[in-house]
Amino acid sequence: MVISNKPLKFILAALVACSPVMSFANSENDSTHVQIETAHEEKVISHNAPLEGEHEALDPKAKVDAFIDHHLQDSHDFVFFSDEKENKHYGFPLPVILIDGGLKIFSSSKLHHGEEVAAVDGNFYKLVHGKIYKTDAAGTITFNEHGHPENVKPLDFSITKNVVSMLFVSVLLFLMFTGLAKSYKKGPIPTGFGRVLEPLIIFIRDEIAIPNIGEKKYRKYMGYLLTVFFFIWLLNLLGMTPLGINVTGNIAITVCLAAFTFIITQFSANKEYWGHIFWMPGVPVPMKIILAPIEILGTLTKPFALLIRLYANITAGHVVIMSLIAMIFVGKNLAADLPISMGLTLFISVIEVLVAFLQAFIFTMLSSLFIGMAVQEHDHHHADENVII
Amino acid sequence: MDKLINDFSFGLFFWQALILLVLILLLVKFAWKPIMESITAREEGIKNALLSAENAKREMENLQADNQRILNEARAERDAMLKEAREMREKMIADSKNEAQEQGQKMIEQAKAAIESEKNAAMAELKLQVSTLSLSIAEKLLKEELSNKESQTKLVEKMLGDVKLN
Repeated sequence: MVISNKPLKFILAALVACSPVMSFANSENDSTHVQIETAHEEKVISHNAPLEGEHEALDPKAKVDAFIDHHLQDSHDFVFFSDEKENKHYGFPLPVILIDGGLKIFSSSKLHHGEEVAAVDGNFYKLVHGKIYKTDAAGTITFNEHGHPENVKPLDFSITKNVVSMLFVSVLLFLMFTGLAKSYKKGPIPTGFGRVLEPLIIFIRDEIAIPNIGEKKYRKYMGYLLTVFFFIWLLNLLGMTPLGINVTGNIAITVCLAAFTFIITQFSANKEYWGHIFWMPGVPVPMKIILAPIEILGTLTKPFALLIRLYANITAGHVVIMSLIAMIFVGKNLAADLPISMGLTLFISVIEVLVAFLQAFIFTMLSSLFIGMAVQEHDHHHADENVII
Repeated sequence: MDKLINDFSFGLFFWQALILLVLILLLVKFAWKPIMESITAREEGIKNALLSAENAKREMENLQADNQRILNEARAERDAMLKEAREMREKMIADSKNEAQEQGQKMIEQAKAAIESEKNAAMAELKLQVSTLSLSIAEKLLKEELSNKESQTKLVEKMLGDVKLN
């Protein structure tokens, strides 16, 4: 019986590729919904109270925690700084796009940073902890026992702060590298800023792509690796600015990046790769049966490690820096706290600049490693082991 | 984990996927492809230039070695020619010397032979002359003597006297 290789490969890859996405998207609604059926009525009042009194009642520590939490999350408007006393936010609103029985597009200024209920086409929406929930005219939000709102969440395709940042970085990347490409037309050696960019491109090629993927096949993946490297690096660096952007420390972003690597890996995998996963050569048959699920799981853990590594590193960096800055507000003695806080922040910031590069490098490196494992010829097993180590 | 899942926003995932996909496609078309091609072409050019320089150097070395060899050969040839010429000269000198000697010898011998024959001839002539002369003297004497009886007798006497002495 002969089965054509290509469609089989495609179906497998598509199935495996979808699995991490599905698991993330599903579990949150299902698991929480069942548990809180009975309890939520009482919780409504108790959880609503602190929410409304949030701005006055919190002590500095809780306020700092809330601020850091808020910073780490995506937001529907671009706020540079807020005046707490007058309850004013300085920044600009961004478009909100909801799919809730049709396309609903409105400005995020209607939501008033979660303080008011936005009425759009007879539907009411409210912002709670950075997420938009459907509510009634009074803005009632019911909470479950974990403190998560229970209201219906419409599909949110808003152009959020992170989307704007990504668009900005994309435009920047496009301008930078088309500029470099153009400068080659004038002569073999780039001029101006291209002189900084070119060694980085050569670095990605010579230190990441060629050693991991191989001289013959690396060229096909250079576009992805270069794009991802500069995209992550610039976003990491943008997170270091006082604009308060945290894109690469957002789980949806890293999931998407890892999914790209995963899909590219599965689609470029050759026969040997699948052979090693489903029917490991060179071991007895019972072992082959045991190894197959482990290997299948292994294909999923690789992108999972990618997404968690980037997310955790960037989030941790942001939390540490913001906590150190917050020392000034929490501490009693400004003269003593300020130099300590600033010194430590500077120190961590320098490390974070390194981490920004390092995480982009590691993401690209591991992506190319996974791609390399999928495309390499398996007639030289010793070389493989070296690469994996 | 619960927080992670709660943080996951499908909208952001969608936008990120869209942006990344478009960015990759745009950059591949307008940036990575021309950049990589230019870099590869430049490196190829550098490699070729280095290679040709190396080749030129090797050729130069070969040429130099050739030159040296030719020079050496020419020098050896010149030496050989000089040597040959010297030998030839010496040989010619020796030959001519020998020949001259031989010739001289021969000439001497010829001269000697000629002298001998001349001498002999002269001697024969002399002998002839002497004999003729002595005959004429004797004739004259005889005529004189015979004309004078006295002296004739004296002669005979004298001759007889000589014979006695013998």
